[in-house]
Parts: sequence; C-alpha cells; structure tokens
Amino acid sequence: MKQKVVIIGTGHGGIQAASSLREEGFEGEIVLISDEKEMPYQKPPLSKGFLQDKQTEDAILFRSVNFYQNNNIDLRLGAKVCKIEPNNCQISLENGEIISYNFLIIATGTSNRKLIIDGKLVENVYFLRNLVDAKNIQQKLKESQNIVVIGGGFIGLELAALSIEKGKNVTVIEAQSRLMERVLPAIVSNVFYETHQQNGVRILLQTAIENITTNEVILKNGENIKADLILAGIGVIPETSLASEAGIACENGVLVNEFQQTNFSNIYAIGDCANHFNAFANKNLRLESVQNAVDQAKVAVNHILGKPQPYHTVPWFWTNQYHLKLQMAGINSDYDETHFRGDIEGQKFSVFYYKNQKLVAVDSLNRPADHLAARKLIQNGISPTFEQVADLALKFGELCC
Amino acid sequence: MPQITYIENNGTEHQVELPLGATLMEGAVQNDIKGIVAECGGSCMCATCHVYIDDKFLDLLPEMEEEEDEMLDGANAERRENSRLGCQVRISKQLDGIIVRIPEKQ
Ligand SMILES: Cc1cc2nc3c(=O)[nH]c(=O)nc-3n(C[C@H](O)[C@H](O)[C@H](O)COP(=O)(O)OP(=O)(O)OC[C@H]3O[C@@H](n4cnc5c(N)ncnc54)[C@H](O)[C@@H]3O)c2cc1C
Ligand code: FES
Repeated sequence: MKQKVVIIGTGHGGIQAASSLREEGFEGEIVLISDEKEMPYQKPPLSKGFLQDKQTEDAILFRSVNFYQNNNIDLRLGAKVCKIEPNNCQISLENGEIISYNFLIIATGTSNRKLIIDGKLVENVYFLRNLVDAKNIQQKLKESQNIVVIGGGFIGLELAALSIEKGKNVTVIEAQSRLMERVLPAIVSNVFYETHQQNGVRILLQTAIENITTNEVILKNGENIKADLILAGIGVIPETSLASEAGIACENGVLVNEFQQTNFSNIYAIGDCANHFNAFANKNLRLESVQNAVDQAKVAVNHILGKPQPYHTVPWFWTNQYHLKLQMAGINSDYDETHFRGDIEGQKFSVFYYKNQKLVAVDSLNRPADHLAARKLIQNGISPTFEQVADLALKFGELCC
Repeated sequence: MPQITYIENNGTEHQVELPLGATLMEGAVQNDIKGIVAECGGSCMCATCHVYIDDKFLDLLPEMEEEEDEMLDGANAERRENSRLGCQVRISKQLDGIIVRIPEKQ
C-alpha cells in the first residue's frame, strides 16, 4: 500500500515539506492544500521587493507552475481545511470533501492580531500577511499621501521605509519606548530610529491611540494625525484552531517534540504555528522565520521517512530597511554580556551576545560575513574570545571549520 | 529573450529563456533547477543562490557590491574567481548564451 501525506498550508513550511518528500525519494501520494487561491509564493518579499515594485508576483513564486504536476504533488488551492479527525486519519475541506492520510503535516502559519481599541475592533486598518493583503496595500498606497503605521516592529518598519521612499508622509506609532524593542538592544534599534527619522519618517514612541476615524488617528495626548491609509503590524497569533478543535495539544502554537510530532504520532506541525523546545533559546517558543519553517519541514519529512534527526538548527532572521541590512543569528533573549565588532558610528557592526561566556546570538548590521560565520559558530558551540570578536583582522572562518 | 544554460552539479543541463531583468536565481527557481535554495528570496541575505559563471561572461556581469562579496565568503561551497550570488545578477541582452554552473552544496 502506498503511503499518503497530507500537508495543510503552502508557506515556506508546506512547500519545503512537499519538495523534500520528493527529493528524499518518497513515492506515495502528496496532497498539498491551501486556502489561498494564488500559486504558492514567498511572504518575506511582500514587505520588501514586492511593495517596492522591484519584484513582480511571478518573481516571488516558490516554484514553477509545472513543478507540482511534474512532481506528482496534488496541489489544492482555494481549499480551506475545516476539520481534522485524528482517530479516523482524515481531514475535511469546506466543500465537504474528505481526504484520508497516513501522515498529516500542519503548516498553517499565523494570522494578524487585530487592532482593538476600547474593546472595539477597528475596521479601516490594513494588515499585511498574504498576497491579497499586499495587493490591496499596493493599490491604496497609490491613492494615499498620508500614511500612518501602527506598530514599530519588523513589518511595520519595512512598510514605513518603502512608503517614505515612494514620497509619502509617514508616521509610525509605537507603544514601547524603542523600535523593535522585544528583539533588539538599544544600540541596534537606535540606528533604525535615526535612519527612519533622517529619511523623514515621524516616529512616535510610547504613544497610545485614543481612537481611529475614517481619515484620522487620534492620540491619547490629543493630537490628530491625518491618515489616508492606516497600516498595522502589531503581532500575530498562531493558526491553531483546527488543531485544538481536533484535540491536538496546543499552547501558544501546536505543541511538538524534537521531531515535530504532536501528541498524535502521525500528525506533525511545523513553522510559525509550531511551539517547540529550542535548544538555542533553552526554552519553548514559536519562531516566525523562513529558517524555522524550512528546517522544521525537513525534520518532519525525515521522521516520516524513517530517518529521524531532531530539530537542532541555529535560528536566523533578517530585515531590510533603506541601506540597513540586519541579520540575526541565535536568540538574544537571555544574555549577560555583549561585545562589539566593527564600526558602530559607520552603521557596520555586529553585537555578540554571551551567556556564561558562551556565544548565544549575534546581530549583524551591514556585516553579512559576520552573520554567516556566527551561524556556524553558534551551531558548533564555538565561542570566540572577546579579543577575537573585536579583532577585525581575524576571519571567523578560521575558527569554525 | 536571452538564453541561459544552467548545469546542475550532477551534470544535468537545462536551457531556458529568461525575461530581461529577471535574476539568475529567479530563473533557476522558476525552472525547478536543483541546487539553488534561495532561502531569503533574493534579499542577498542567505548565500544559498551561489553559482559559478562561465569565464567568458564574467566581465559582462554587473559589478559586485560589497555585501555580495562578503556573503560569498561565507557560502557553503568553495568560493572561486567566478562565484556570484544568483539573486544579484540580472539578465541583460549581453548575457544571452551565458552558462551557469551550480555548486555541490549551498
Ligand atoms: C510581510 C512579511 C514579511 C516577512 N519577512 C520575513 C523576513 O524578512 N525573514 C523571515 O525569516 N521571515 C519573514 N516573515 C515570516 C515568514 O514569512 C514566515 O515565518 C513563514 O512564511 C512561515 O511559514 P509557514 O509555512 O509556517 O506559514 P505561512 O507562510 O504563514 O503559511 C501558512 C499557510 O497556511 C494556510 N492556511 C492556514 N489555515 C488553513 C486552513 N485551515 N486550510 C487551508 N490552508 C490554511 C494560510 O493561508 C497560509 O498560506 C515575513 C512574513 C510576512 C507576512
Ligand atoms: S537568494 Fe538569498 S542571497 Fe541570493
């Protein structure tokens, strides 16, 4: 009997899982399902090349249109999965179709946290999560001059940068005292603050919103900001309703073991929706990154194919804003010492984070070589001395491999 | 449209036509050529779109920016004289007939 793998979601996780299954020689059936109608595409360029008008819709596709047929992958677009029945090993689509599986991979990602003010859902705000959102924003950007961005996180700031580059008036409203405060130390986030300001973005920190009307954002301090377009990036929530309704254990994401298995051994969860123990953070978490989705897909596939290899890859992430390219390796949430490499004034430096003298993370601003080296150093548990970190003559390549 | 030949590491050749302005990375991904990973989708952030360019065409390529240069130093396969990141090379008329080899790993 041929085996059958059903994959829900066609983001980085789902696509990698389907591709890896074929690359690793899986000969059974693969059904790949998405509630989105478009051919599978990558999300990170949406807030970068796509909305900057540098990358077309075709340029951000994962694979050719023929790839799925050529690889005998049954791609179902515009199909929402509405039920998982773990005990019967089957799922139901919204149109009533029932699909059985031997293995199920849940790669449903996240959805945007909605904006609620005074207990009321705010309607006229645009969020960016998928291609439909991006096209709506693209259209609205053409018609709008005054843009307000709510939330100074990665996506909000990428949107602010590309809007100001299109000659718009841009205001960013952030509740915290720094940009990207949750993930970046002051020395890095300040560079972004200054650069946005120099480019003409008005940034309001520690600022709360009183109300939003059709064309105004009213702040708690009384100021009214004109807004033809309001964009918001205020975080995400994992798409776990399918799983939790099916009795699959969830807690801030679908809970998985080191092989991406849920509490049902033939159901896996990967990517943004999977809550896993991450050895590089030394805690349970969800990661929202391409790296995590791609690498967890490979782990799930290897386990399905009977070649188990636990998930153990250094997390990494990036953001582009103006000339600033920030690359992050490891998790910088728990450290007791930092050391710098490069030129801080010149906006070309890396921050090395240590915990008990062990290198745990590196953030590199316009220093891509440091970033690639850092991934190898952290993966292999190599901690350069503080002198080595500061020594620009030293190539880390010589230390790692 | 300019014609590009990709040669996978196992020797498999693919001849494809690419529109002007597409990158060598996009051309590889959209024609399902194996061995180009392109994890970052062309942001010059991952160095998994590393290719070797046929020597004859080296001088016709767009200049390498500093960041591409640095990323190539960290690529997983050996860096050679003719190494480039596929996402940083856009197709122009001059590149018609170019031969692009894919390294053994990314
Ligand atoms: C604008 C933007 C910029 C980003 N920039 C970066 C970046 O620079 N670097 C980086 O590393 N990461 C970035 N990310 C994050 C990255 O895109 C995600 O981490 C990645 O896409 C996660 O992949 P995934 O497969 O887990 O989920 P997703 O890509 O979210 O895919 C989930 C899919 O499942 C579908 N789905 C959900 N429920 C159902 C259902 N019931 N039935 C059928 N289909 C369903 C959804 O429609 C969606 O297509 C960015 C994300 C966005 C939105
Ligand atoms: S695609 Fe990532 S560096 Fe080229």
